[in-house]
Amino acid sequence: MRYVDEFRNPELITKASEEIRRIADPARHYRIMEVCGGHTHAIYRFGLKDILPSNIELIHGPGCPVCVLPMGRIDDGLTIAQEPNRIFAAFGDMMRVPGAKGSPLEHKARGTDVRIVYSPADALEIARKNPEKEVIFFAIGFETTAPSTALTLMSAKAEGIENFSVFCNHVTIVPAIRAILDSPDMRLDGFIGPGHVSTVIGCRPYEWIAKSEGKPVVTSGFEPLDLLQSIVMLLRQLEAGEAKVENQYKRVVPWEGNGAALKAMAEVFELRPYFEWRGLGFISQSALRIREKYAKWDAESRYPVPETRVTDPKSAQCGEVLKGVLKPAQCKLFGKECTPEHPIGALMVSSEGSCAAYYNYEYRKSLVTSITAVA
Amino acid sequence: MRSILQLRVPEVAGDLNYRSGLKVSDKVEDAPSVVRFKDSQIEMSHGAGGKASRRLVEGLFAPLLLPGNMETLSDAARVEAGGATIAFTADSFVVHPLRFPGGSIGELAVNGTVNDLAVSGARACAMVVTFVLEEGLASSVLEAEVRAMAASLKRAGVKMVGGDTKVVERGKADGMYISTAGIGIPLPGVHVDARTVRPGDKVLLSGPIGDHGITILLARADLELEADLTSDTRPVLPMVEAMAAEAAPGIRWMRDPTRGGVATALNELARDCGLAVEIHEEDIPIHDGVRGACELLGLDPLHIANEGQFLAVVSPEFADIALNALHRLDAGEDACIIGEIRSDPPNTVLVNTRYGGTRIVDMLVGDPLPRIC
Repeated sequence: MRYVDEFRNPELITKASEEIRRIADPARHYRIMEVCGGHTHAIYRFGLKDILPSNIELIHGPGCPVCVLPMGRIDDGLTIAQEPNRIFAAFGDMMRVPGAKGSPLEHKARGTDVRIVYSPADALEIARKNPEKEVIFFAIGFETTAPSTALTLMSAKAEGIENFSVFCNHVTIVPAIRAILDSPDMRLDGFIGPGHVSTVIGCRPYEWIAKSEGKPVVTSGFEPLDLLQSIVMLLRQLEAGEAKVENQYKRVVPWEGNGAALKAMAEVFELRPYFEWRGLGFISQSALRIREKYAKWDAESRYPVPETRVTDPKSAQCGEVLKGVLKPAQCKLFGKECTPEHPIGALMVSSEGSCAAYYNYEYRKSLVTSITAVA
Repeated sequence: MRSILQLRVPEVAGDLNYRSGLKVSDKVEDAPSVVRFKDSQIEMSHGAGGKASRRLVEGLFAPLLLPGNMETLSDAARVEAGGATIAFTADSFVVHPLRFPGGSIGELAVNGTVNDLAVSGARACAMVVTFVLEEGLASSVLEAEVRAMAASLKRAGVKMVGGDTKVVERGKADGMYISTAGIGIPLPGVHVDARTVRPGDKVLLSGPIGDHGITILLARADLELEADLTSDTRPVLPMVEAMAAEAAPGIRWMRDPTRGGVATALNELARDCGLAVEIHEEDIPIHDGVRGACELLGLDPLHIANEGQFLAVVSPEFADIALNALHRLDAGEDACIIGEIRSDPPNTVLVNTRYGGTRIVDMLVGDPLPRIC
């Protein structure tokens, strides 16, 4: 398969892992955060931890939009949608995510009309086909998915489709990285920068991380070779005492980002003064809301929003795991009360969440001490 | 609901109720079975063949309907009837759309039943069928499915011996549902039981995985993706028979990895035998269309349904013999050994990635849902 197999070539991967061992100073411990949940998932799926030297520690970052969504937002969206003649549309990622009153799939079993869509444009199509119903698209995601929501709202406005609205939960990545760097218990050496987000925003928004914080950033693709090459690039900078932003994912990410996508976002969205992140708390100017001129298509203006607040159980240590202070399995609930089938904390709900990825791909390996490494 | 009659009845002496295949035990009342199923309502995941399905069968159906007879789950029950042993299975088909590239619900209904018996080490001989038809279903659609069933029965050499028809109101049955039951005669010398699996045994796979599940997903048209794929629905009996003819004493376990895919079938094996199943990712045949769709949708091909493949665990001395027997058939030319059984870590399926890493593969949780962000 083109554009995939080249980046999974075992020989090149062996070479990259040898290069990492050659550059890494055995006396030094490296803490590298991969910001994006897609990277976390890939690292576990491809078993990359097994081929990295033990002094390179990967810390899983906040870049999983499902994980950082406060539970109350799910309840709010579903409360609006459970009225008769309404349709709740969302990505498959959202379907098993529990609100305090159940997940979208549980609401579906109780009678809410819940549809899985692959893009917001599909949700708009449902609205076109069902003029007697009101369709609410539950929008989630970073800058990766926000442009498609923006374009869909622009189409809805242009066509005058009035039985469609968006419950907007879009968030932006840079404030979350800032919140993590501001955390006093955080010690990081560098960042594997988000790939998909950067296709939209480009690499420039990370420059402050290199300049003011002195940490290197390498924007990375999602295949095993991409990730290993990004680690090589980070190690080279760290060993040379440099801190700059580099782009490993050049085949997809333009340095300046995608102008058309940014323009659509600016047309439709503005920054919220603050927004709650599950596990991280309130972060100022970290999320998007729909501008006044699109208020007709903004579910939050159109319907009364209960503004449910659900606090995670105190015993769930999501914040510490999210900031890399604790490893998933060090949380008191991990694998006991909190599992992918019955998630309690944020990071267990999506397969990109570090707890779920760790549980699915790694956890039981760690229970067995006699497991032989497969060379 | 499919799995309820797929619980193996351990070989037992004494009185049996032949009709249900359940042992009639005097002691049921003395030791009431524990219902452990605590889910508040039925959701789609309870029918998806993964963890929730297993919870339902093991937590509710088995304790009340099969008290004392639930040691391992398999695709067909073995029943002693009048001194003869027969294999007995039931299945139901609720596929949407009714027709899809490479097959249709009628074909699935026959092949699915034949395959459940085949991987239990039995040759299907007789089937009964129930049609649940929706008011307003075009007769031509029904006729096409009945014809498809007749052709599949002929191909598999199975007789239909009876059936039932119900009609429900419009909007209640997606056109039609089909439910089947079948009996089969055990293949001589084949004894499949997860508890006989030993470390060092080899894991065989009959061909490329994921074709059926991805074909159906794409045929639903919600995704507007296209791929050059067809369902793999076919009877696996000829392959099982060819393998059994030369390697019967070495065959320890078989399963057709339908809903929940290869990962779920192997996890059930790992749990039932208490050992580790280690598979090598690069040895698992997958068509490019399936790989591409899975990459795009964030799905794991190991969790995708198949309707014309089977997995077998064969003792090491018979593994190559079994594989060669499969390779001599057109249908089995892609068969391969994908892994082996290890003693450690227990109850676990381990995948070796092609880069020297390893990962755990769990059963499917819920339905496979496309991942976007």
